[in-house]
Amino acid sequence: MSNIEKWLESNTFHHGEFWDLLELVKMKEKKDLKISLCIPTLNEEKTIGKEIVIFKSELMDRYPLIDEIAVIDSGSTDKTRETAAAFGADVYLSSEILPSEGFKRGKGENLWKAIYQLEGDIICYVDADIKNIHPRFATGLIAPLIQRDQMQYVKAFYDRPLAFSQGVRPSGGGRVTEILVRPLFSLFFPELTSLIQPLSGEYAVRREVLESIPFPIGYGVETSHIIDVYMKYGLDAFGQTDLDQRVHRNQSTLDLGKMAFGILQSFLNRMEAYDLVDKLPEMSNIFRQFQAEGNRYEQVLKEIIEEERPPMIEIAEYREKFGLKKPKK
Amino acid sequence: MSNDEYEKALLAKLPEYREKLLSLRERILADVVMVGEIPSPTFEEEKVVQFICNRFTEEGLDQISIDEVTNATGLLPGTEGKHNILVAAHTDRIWQNGIDHTVTVTSESLIGPGIADNALGVTALTTLPTLLKVLGVELKSNLILLGASRSMGRGDLEGLRFFTENAKLPFGAAVCVEGIQLGRLSYSSLGMNRCEIQVITPEKHDWESWSLTGAITALTQIVQRILAIETPQVPKTSIILGSINSGTSFNLPPTQATLRFEVRSEEPGMVTRIREQIEEILEQNIAENGIHATMEILARRRPGSIGFSHPYVRSAREILKALDIKPQVAPSTSELSVLLDKDIPSLTLGLTEGDNKHKLDEAIRIKPMFSGLAQLIATLQCIDNQFEDE
Repeated sequence: MSNIEKWLESNTFHHGEFWDLLELVKMKEKKDLKISLCIPTLNEEKTIGKEIVIFKSELMDRYPLIDEIAVIDSGSTDKTRETAAAFGADVYLSSEILPSEGFKRGKGENLWKAIYQLEGDIICYVDADIKNIHPRFATGLIAPLIQRDQMQYVKAFYDRPLAFSQGVRPSGGGRVTEILVRPLFSLFFPELTSLIQPLSGEYAVRREVLESIPFPIGYGVETSHIIDVYMKYGLDAFGQTDLDQRVHRNQSTLDLGKMAFGILQSFLNRMEAYDLVDKLPEMSNIFRQFQAEGNRYEQVLKEIIEEERPPMIEIAEYREKFGLKKPKK
Repeated sequence: MSNDEYEKALLAKLPEYREKLLSLRERILADVVMVGEIPSPTFEEEKVVQFICNRFTEEGLDQISIDEVTNATGLLPGTEGKHNILVAAHTDRIWQNGIDHTVTVTSESLIGPGIADNALGVTALTTLPTLLKVLGVELKSNLILLGASRSMGRGDLEGLRFFTENAKLPFGAAVCVEGIQLGRLSYSSLGMNRCEIQVITPEKHDWESWSLTGAITALTQIVQRILAIETPQVPKTSIILGSINSGTSFNLPPTQATLRFEVRSEEPGMVTRIREQIEEILEQNIAENGIHATMEILARRRPGSIGFSHPYVRSAREILKALDIKPQVAPSTSELSVLLDKDIPSLTLGLTEGDNKHKLDEAIRIKPMFSGLAQLIATLQCIDNQFEDE
């Protein structure tokens, strides 16, 4: 069994495995862990109220799994902060946290400042634009960290379409993941292709990890994290949890282009940081995608060799046919 | 303590009830959201019912079960347990599976299809044990909490009907809860016939000789004749035309048209008389126009009432008055009729203010909800206290 297969077997979860919240709360208390939920926001008045209500009711009042719910806002001009505060979230303006470091506009900025502002040993980040919010969006990510001390970084993925006709179905991330990130990882960090949705905005991480890695403030924050955590702790530090369906706004292709551009910048930055730019590892010819059967995920490997032909003018027969001289080298 | 003294003391506690319930705001709202986001069309209530039972389990209720018509039930034992009070909310909603059930939460209100009718009513059931605990209220009687399925439209109250006919525990009183409107106080049920008329015109109809252009015209003639039926103001009687469906284009006369309507009256026998008149109209149109038409009766209710001066109604009015809410006395055609039919003294209460009922942006206001829930609990306490006196 390859390392990837082993990891998929042992470190990929379904949120349903963590249904027993009472047991989880007990284990958390026994291990004396403090857990913070951080929601980065910018103009999310439509969905923020519901997220706070659901998380506070289910994971603070009913089952005290989370110690604080914090909204870290980039300066919304709608009622995001007011609504979140009305339902009992701690609301912070990103610009007012750590003022000595200044303020940069971007989601990564809020995630970074959360490490300073929040108290938790584990910080769980959840995006604010989820329409079908449910406690699983936090419990599915926090639970593996409570249960397994060696695990550092648990990512969400979303699968399980409502209907599919055959046993085996293609599975994977969004468009930017499949078109940009997966090919890049397949080429340079094949093990990281085990993450089904490396770009998902929901993940729970231990403080020791968060405080020791840099944070791109824009689109590249997740990609950069994954590479850093991988280089420092290896694949076993990651876990991933299937959270079923996530309903959110769809982005336009132009927006995805901007996202891809930011991610590529961050990726190349990391390559530079690890001194890999002029010493590129040997590129793999294996492209790794996913398929799923029920709740079992496996990679589908495809060898893609981009062979190359020389310019036609270098071919003797061609020059002869058209009466050309050999080009100067 | 006499009944009057008990009530007086209880009314004085209502502002405190409201304050304490406010501390459970997120718990209550979370249940409304979660119930509201589970589609629950009539005959497909399984998922909501499962949610209700999970909550009942978390609350430690007894005898939690799902019966053969998908009712959810749980029992909250009273301190004495000599009597049983039924608290019922219908679990089905008018919206089908395919539509977007997302609920929006603002600081003032909750918005989403079916949020008032009846996600909030169901939430009263799932949260009631916690609400009572937080208020320190212990009832002498057992509470039977019932999520009643198959209530609306073609469901024709099948869930509650099944429960009242087969319940192993007899109950001496019942309160039905609906999301809106706060102040609603129903203690009587109207006689009602819910009917559907279908008109079918032949494809190759000789329109020239009959001067009809399709099923819409044929149905319109029927409607005109129905509207000419005289309905008395007292006792209140009405014919409600609920929907007309027909046709697909601008210029193709349809061959089929459907009319859905209800005939309602407070007077026994009146509904049947009006329905017979409508059947006659149908016969006349069939004969005159050579169309094919049928009428199906989808639901029937008999009128009933416990009366304005019944002790439960009096207590409920006093409670509303103490909460500064104007009672809106209106007869019901839903759950109450099944209960009154079985001679079970019953009330229907509304829990909050809301708008856009049965639209996609159905909305309920958060703040009045706490008065509504305080009202429900105080009403149950009054009923509980009155058992000894009966």
